[in-house]
Amino acid sequence: MTPSRPRTMKQTRSLRIALAGNPNSGKTTLFNAITGARHHVGNWPGVTVEKKEGYASFDGFDITVIDLPGTYSLTAYSIEEIVARRFIVHEKPDVVVHVIDSGNIERSLFLTTQLLQLSSKVVLALNMSDSLAQSGARIDTEKLGSLLGAPAVLTVGHKGSGIRELMETVVRVAEDQHPKVRKIRIPYGHEIESHLVPLTEKAEALELFEIPHPPRWVVIKALENDSEMIKALRDAAPERVTFLEEIEETRKHLFSLYGEEPETVFTERLYGFVAGVLKEVYTEPPMDRISRSDQIDALLTHKVFGLPVFFLMVWAVFQLTFAVGAAPMEWIDTLVSWFAGFVSARMDEGLLRSLVVDGVISGVGSVMVFLPNIFILFMCISFLEDSGYMARAAFLTDRVMHLLGLHGKAFIPMLMGFGCNAPAIMATRTLESERDRILSILINPLMSCSARLPVYVLITGAFFLPERAGTVIFSIYLLGLVLAIAMGRLFSKTILPGKSAPFVMELPPYRLPTARGLLIHTWDRGKIFLRKMGGVILLGSVAIWALSTFPRDVTFSRDYDAKITRLQEQAAVRESSGGAAAGLELEIADLEAARESERIEASYIGRIGKAMEPVFRPLEFDWRDAVALVTGFVAKEIVVSTLGVLYQVGTEEDEKSEGLIQALRKSSMTPLVAYAFMAFVLIYTPCLGTVAVIRRETNSWKWTAFSVGYAVVLAWLVAFAIVRVGTVLGLG
Amino acid sequence: MHQARKQTKPDSISLRDLKEGDRAAIKAIRGEGAFKRRLLEMGFMPGTTVLIKKYAPLRDPIELVIKGYHVSLRREEAQKVLVRRDPIQTPDNETDKKP
Repeated sequence: MTPSRPRTMKQTRSLRIALAGNPNSGKTTLFNAITGARHHVGNWPGVTVEKKEGYASFDGFDITVIDLPGTYSLTAYSIEEIVARRFIVHEKPDVVVHVIDSGNIERSLFLTTQLLQLSSKVVLALNMSDSLAQSGARIDTEKLGSLLGAPAVLTVGHKGSGIRELMETVVRVAEDQHPKVRKIRIPYGHEIESHLVPLTEKAEALELFEIPHPPRWVVIKALENDSEMIKALRDAAPERVTFLEEIEETRKHLFSLYGEEPETVFTERLYGFVAGVLKEVYTEPPMDRISRSDQIDALLTHKVFGLPVFFLMVWAVFQLTFAVGAAPMEWIDTLVSWFAGFVSARMDEGLLRSLVVDGVISGVGSVMVFLPNIFILFMCISFLEDSGYMARAAFLTDRVMHLLGLHGKAFIPMLMGFGCNAPAIMATRTLESERDRILSILINPLMSCSARLPVYVLITGAFFLPERAGTVIFSIYLLGLVLAIAMGRLFSKTILPGKSAPFVMELPPYRLPTARGLLIHTWDRGKIFLRKMGGVILLGSVAIWALSTFPRDVTFSRDYDAKITRLQEQAAVRESSGGAAAGLELEIADLEAARESERIEASYIGRIGKAMEPVFRPLEFDWRDAVALVTGFVAKEIVVSTLGVLYQVGTEEDEKSEGLIQALRKSSMTPLVAYAFMAFVLIYTPCLGTVAVIRRETNSWKWTAFSVGYAVVLAWLVAFAIVRVGTVLGLG
Repeated sequence: MHQARKQTKPDSISLRDLKEGDRAAIKAIRGEGAFKRRLLEMGFMPGTTVLIKKYAPLRDPIELVIKGYHVSLRREEAQKVLVRRDPIQTPDNETDKKP
């Protein structure tokens, strides 16, 4: 493509480049600018950190771009940093591109110093250089490149400018053709160097690792008491104990000399080096002026208006997600039932049709209706994140979330849980620490999602006075909140003790997100939901269908079919003679409901429910309630329709059905037990979709099983407490 | 500033003791491990000037400006950052004029 370089005859070659950089450095925007929409989102092996891999072709090269997690440094204190440095050492990318926020150059160059210790092929992308130019500051990129032995290029990610030059530089560096590339050694000062140099020679001679690590890096990290490095050295060289002993000796020596841990001193040295470089290449902006970002922030984090504005935003997100999303939801629902009818009409009645229509289509359809919600919600969340507001939301709410042992950033996902837990749990990705993420995922299902509302409406309609219904339902939501706080505190004190990641959060300048970036982020998340959920939901729906369909040969207590046929004939006769057949039709409907109820009772799922009855007996739930709860595992709306079937009122009941309400009132259920039943519905696992998302987001079956297990146990305990305490107080 | 690092020296105040709009120079960071390391890496080096930008509406956390960027710390964390009031930037604070 470039006429200046005669490469046209060459075959395509492949290159792998890694993007490193601080969080908020515009790394993702630059990644999008380089790769377009050609990328793949996954997880780094064994951890929940997102891995993005993109593809681009340039000048006859097939280039794979790996987006490393955003980090400030390369210590072993966070998973992100470990992931990033492991990739550079083990996978040896051809070039490491360090994306630098030009407005934050000093702190960014600190990371550069460490990248230079790890890789000899680093290219600096001085990103967001347009705002730098506006501020009046200047960077001498030529000189910077020469001083660091790593060429520097000015880029503006969201405009796509500088990308071409960046890629040209990358290719030249990869081909060893760039004059600026040279291995530099960042000096740590005379005293420290007098230890570093001999230790480095020793490390080199020892050949400590199978995959070669830069020896100077090994020594520096070991002297910094870097947990990963020390562990690796122990594993790699059991017989080379003396080396580790020498490291330990030197550490002690340096400590006594400086009165500080070597890691502190080393960090100071690197910043000292950066300051020296900046003095030569950086011209500061002429004066401090109040930036646009500061003006926006003055309102958004205002002492008085900050929180109201925040709640207004959240309310707007909710409205967009669930109110605006309601219409397309309806369309999908209609489309699914139309499709079910379409298929139904073209297949012969039988097991296969039942599997396809009742199992697959209605099962997958029940999850597909959430797609509009999910896409809109993620669009909003991407906007909040890309604009920089998410960090402010965390700033505003951290005080409250801290009570739960969580970071302020966990607030938005929690709130979203009231809509639907599945996307809310996916939204926990915004949390940086793995511990916080798992903790939020564990307590998120306690936020009562909208699918549980029909159950509450039905039960309160049946057992409580209309004027009390609102209060009763509200108390259930409140119960969820209280339990979330209690569980959050409990888990953070026991199984997830607060470790690492302190609350040091950058508040990046406000930026207007690009439409393209928003679409890419939204699609990435939505796609995950589509693909992964489809699989699990499909399996789950088929399983539940099978459990409620088999065994087929049910012996009914009476011959329903014969009776129904006879009544139908009578009705036909009466109609043809102009008479009213309404009474007969009601009778037929009753018979059909009774038959369905008996069939479900005899099916495997009915048997499971009956087998579970003893478990639920202390809660005073009967076997029908038990079956409803079992089917509710798939989705909470199903609880209502199952109750409809089992209480013999028909298969098409919803929460406002008078028949079902009457039937419930006639059953043995008391208002107290009904309340306990609602509490149970609130607490135990929301739906199969949520389980699938938890599996995906925690990347662990162990946490998934724990989440389901603790929720069921807690549900039982709380329901039991309600029934028992209520009975003692005479509320039963 | 070696071993003898008394915490109760009169001039030994932490970031938490400052008010909005105050400026101070970092002296040292107490504590160990991840927290201290992270702060150092983000530029909280001895001698660096910090501006207390604002307190959150619920009084916690605190927003700071350091090395040209904004960052927030919880109060309990700010307490671990020892500082020296910058005498040049805040001359009025010391000499409260009375009518």
